[in-house]
Amino acid sequence: MLEYFFRRVVTLFFTLVFASIIIFVSLEIIPGDPASYMLGINAQEDTVIALKKELGLDKPKFERYLIWVKGMLIGDFGVSYTYRSPVIEMVGERLWVSLPLAIYALLLSTIIALPVGIFAAANRGKILDFSIMGFTQIGIAIPNFWFAMLLVYLFAIILRWFSAGGFAGWEDGIILGLKSLTLPAIALALPQASILARVMRSSLIDILSEDFMKTARAKGLSFKKALISHGIRNALIPVLTIIGLQFSFLMAGAIIIENVFFLPGLGRLIFQSIAQRDIIVVESVIMLLVFSVVLVTFIVDIAYVIVDPRLRSSIL
Amino acid sequence: MMPLLKNKNLSNLSFSFWVGSICVLFVFLLAIVSFFWTPYDVTSLEISNRFKTPSYNHFLGTDHFGRDILSMIMVGTQTSIAVAMVAVGIGILFGLPLGLIAAAKRGTFFDDLVMRFNDLIFAFPALIIAILITAVLGPGAFNAIIAIGIFNIPVFARVARGAALTQWSKEYILAAQVSGKGTILISIEHIIPNILNLLIVQATIQFSLGILAEAALSYVGLGAQPPIPSLGRMLADSQTMISIAPHMAIFPGLFIVITVLGLNLMGDGLRDYFDPKLKVSNS
Amino acid sequence: MKFFKNIFFVLLVIPIVFSVNAFASKTDLTVGLQLEPPHLDPTGAAAGAIDQVLYSNVFEGLTRFASDGSIIPGLAKSWDVSSDGTTYTFHLHKGVKYHDGSDMDANDVKFSLDRARAEDTTNAQKALFAGITDVNVIDSHKVQVVLDKPNGNFLFNLAWGDAVIVSEDSIENIKQNPVGTGAFVFDNWVQGDRIELKKNNSYWGAPAKLEKATFKFISDPSAAFAAMMAEDVDVFKSFPAPENLVQFEADSRFKVLIGSNEGETILSTNNKMEPFNNLKVRKALAHAIDRKAIIDGAMFGYGTPIGTHFAPHHPAYVDLTGQSQYDPELSKKLLSEAGFPDGFTTTLKLPPPAYARKGGEIIASQLRDVGINVEISNLEWAQWLEEVFRGKDYGLTIVSHTEPFDIGIYARPEYYFQYDSKEFQKVIEDLTAETNPVQRTSLMKNAQKIIADDYVNGYLFQRAQLSVVNSKVIGMWKNSPTQATDLTAVYWDN
Repeated sequence: MLEYFFRRVVTLFFTLVFASIIIFVSLEIIPGDPASYMLGINAQEDTVIALKKELGLDKPKFERYLIWVKGMLIGDFGVSYTYRSPVIEMVGERLWVSLPLAIYALLLSTIIALPVGIFAAANRGKILDFSIMGFTQIGIAIPNFWFAMLLVYLFAIILRWFSAGGFAGWEDGIILGLKSLTLPAIALALPQASILARVMRSSLIDILSEDFMKTARAKGLSFKKALISHGIRNALIPVLTIIGLQFSFLMAGAIIIENVFFLPGLGRLIFQSIAQRDIIVVESVIMLLVFSVVLVTFIVDIAYVIVDPRLRSSIL
Repeated sequence: MMPLLKNKNLSNLSFSFWVGSICVLFVFLLAIVSFFWTPYDVTSLEISNRFKTPSYNHFLGTDHFGRDILSMIMVGTQTSIAVAMVAVGIGILFGLPLGLIAAAKRGTFFDDLVMRFNDLIFAFPALIIAILITAVLGPGAFNAIIAIGIFNIPVFARVARGAALTQWSKEYILAAQVSGKGTILISIEHIIPNILNLLIVQATIQFSLGILAEAALSYVGLGAQPPIPSLGRMLADSQTMISIAPHMAIFPGLFIVITVLGLNLMGDGLRDYFDPKLKVSNS
Repeated sequence: MKFFKNIFFVLLVIPIVFSVNAFASKTDLTVGLQLEPPHLDPTGAAAGAIDQVLYSNVFEGLTRFASDGSIIPGLAKSWDVSSDGTTYTFHLHKGVKYHDGSDMDANDVKFSLDRARAEDTTNAQKALFAGITDVNVIDSHKVQVVLDKPNGNFLFNLAWGDAVIVSEDSIENIKQNPVGTGAFVFDNWVQGDRIELKKNNSYWGAPAKLEKATFKFISDPSAAFAAMMAEDVDVFKSFPAPENLVQFEADSRFKVLIGSNEGETILSTNNKMEPFNNLKVRKALAHAIDRKAIIDGAMFGYGTPIGTHFAPHHPAYVDLTGQSQYDPELSKKLLSEAGFPDGFTTTLKLPPPAYARKGGEIIASQLRDVGINVEISNLEWAQWLEEVFRGKDYGLTIVSHTEPFDIGIYARPEYYFQYDSKEFQKVIEDLTAETNPVQRTSLMKNAQKIIADDYVNGYLFQRAQLSVVNSKVIGMWKNSPTQATDLTAVYWDN
């Protein structure tokens, strides 16, 4: 057990080192630099060099890599070249948009998908089931940025119920903030809800054919009662796994939606920083995202082994 | 006859499979026709003729440069299909051997390495990396292919490894080993034909994901460059004009939906066909 | 289930609550801008976005631009010029205070100018200060600036946002917390979203009429359109989507301001590269281009054709468009004379703005008509700067040169279009040294003609300054002589 744990820690370590090298190297070879970007087309060459020096970009590559990695080890993710504020602060600020957006989208998709999936399973094989499944297929096939454009057209331009973009902030009240996240959350939620509804349905159908469900029915429970008291609860396990997966997807996957709606979230920060060649921000934010994914995988792996003794014996 | 079609009857294919096939066939036909003929030339601009709504002359209207939208969509689907298809090809070309070798050498350091490599790539946020790759290599259809293809490699490696592992535990493989066949030969002669159905299903799924990814990349300006039309860029262009000419936004999007929907339905149909057990829950 | 019911209720109610706009007192203004400043030091970056927010609102210089482009006194109430034209003595306004309460005096002027021209300065327009040899403090409100030779542009140079007066005490944090002398005080910056200014109650000049000004950054053109339509913003400066202006013009809630802008949009040509080093080829290029189609197609009709690199609203402008009218037949003939009867292939590298991306597609199609095969690649700014601007690895590109009165760039042979003409360089040298207005005008005209005769670049059009303004907002600048959103005289008409 200890040996397994140790081995996983070593792989975790090497994965992170490897990831940091990939990230650093690919951002080194990307053409363009933040100093020229900031100074524009009238700047003199010596000014660009002076600014590079001020930003610490004149140091050798390897040294910069070491500074970056050392900083991260003590929780210092560097200072943005363009904004001159600490990356960790910028990320923290953007999380106030990205995190609520992801949660909002997840809530929406769950609230819609679970009843729809249950409903489809209960009416399995009927025309209703068939059309719901058809709709979920369309929901998966729609590019979310296109759906977002259509939402903007309908709700912001024609009906004028929502503003087409931007984030109102939380200072003026939660409702105002939520309002500006509503269209983006819907755009993000549609494909997720479609997937979730399908998972809910098939998981429930699987459960319905299990013996204990048949026993429950035989004991005289009505179909509806059996469904609610035994079926749904048991069917939720795979659904929860999917919801967990979707959450991490929504955090990083909202990048295009954040751009369509002009939300100052994490995705747009990365997008903008790539354009401005604010390399340190791009590096650190991607590293943070990779780290969170790798860490979650690590914890899940360890947890499985602790929970499931069969796995343990196969490993040891 | 390959094992995947053994004892199978085409009539077992589901209704949704046929609907999907028709969608896919329709889009592919348009793309193929556009190699030889389009209603109008997509590179000639006629600004006085812009923002025309759909009519007999222009079935889907014209865009902000007076180009025929139907013609642009026809050529655009050609780009999407080509990019997604080659990206799937890259995934199979590199992922399949990796997965097969990992399965053949299961439990070894190499196997572990492949799996960790998979985890590593999966840990990266895909779209951000694709944007980075195209920023490094410059925008263009070819670089979009690479950006999408890289993420297909671990997918196929994982599927191939998983499926091959179950095959390796079967008796007929044991028999082949006893008869003195080498690992590589067994992988090629026995494993691949038996996991082909899973690979086909996965390829269809990755194909449809590739279409969506290409649309997203060219929407942010990193796909095929003008004057080659691409559906994603058409949508990006239409965004500021949606209040003047909504048809510019609606039709290219619809074609993406039709293509992806068709491929997904086909994929589901094929999966049910190959594995009737699953059909119980997924009819 | 009650929880779900509540959520549904909230979702239903949200749109109803917010379709009602509350009308508060009208002393605050929200201005939409496309680009967000990277930081707030106008003397430390080229980003026009910094000036768009801060110029004349928060920071002021010795001189300043008026809305018609003329140079008027700023923090200097007057100045004397020595007879040889090399010494300027500025008399500063008295009683000017920084927003932190400290006094602005001659030492600050010396500090600001010395900082901008220092060896290791990060001022993006270092060239503006190149001729200064000495800055001397005479007394607390009198400063003497010594130049190495007479400079007819000197007062103009001092009016730029890069030449504003800053205080040594607050320079440390200027990028996050700018402290100036202007009629507005920097209040708050929500990065990625907005910057807020509030009225400076102890302003030395005429106080601002607005109590509060918010700059909201909306780079997406369709979001800009919707924000304006929903009246989320009151003014949109440099509205990014000309295709939508018709709808604003038709709506009585808004007015569209069409003014002049300093942006000469040109098809920049790599003059050192084969085959563009051949004058005939460049001339053929010029005749292959239909400016009207470009202005219509890319700018929806907003823009003025130009035949040289000079702003048409400038008094010294010469209309030379006749020298390069649209004539594809002539273009083909010139190409065969130059040895390219079947045309050639070249690259067209386009930066992100819509004028470049859309204009590029149109130009590519026009050039194809005369046999020139153009390979388009769309680049980000950083990439464009690296490859095109510094690397000179390009055939053609499209860019708008937004600096006011910037014909001087043609005298720099290392500049990215690599035009090297001794004749032209001499004219600019004379122009810089000349202070007599009549002589200056004639030199400017001469300069325009030389670059038009040499067909250095394809001169496309002068951009129009397009702003959408709520019809009750009075006092917005129509023209844009520099990148600025001067709000000091703006008010609501109620």
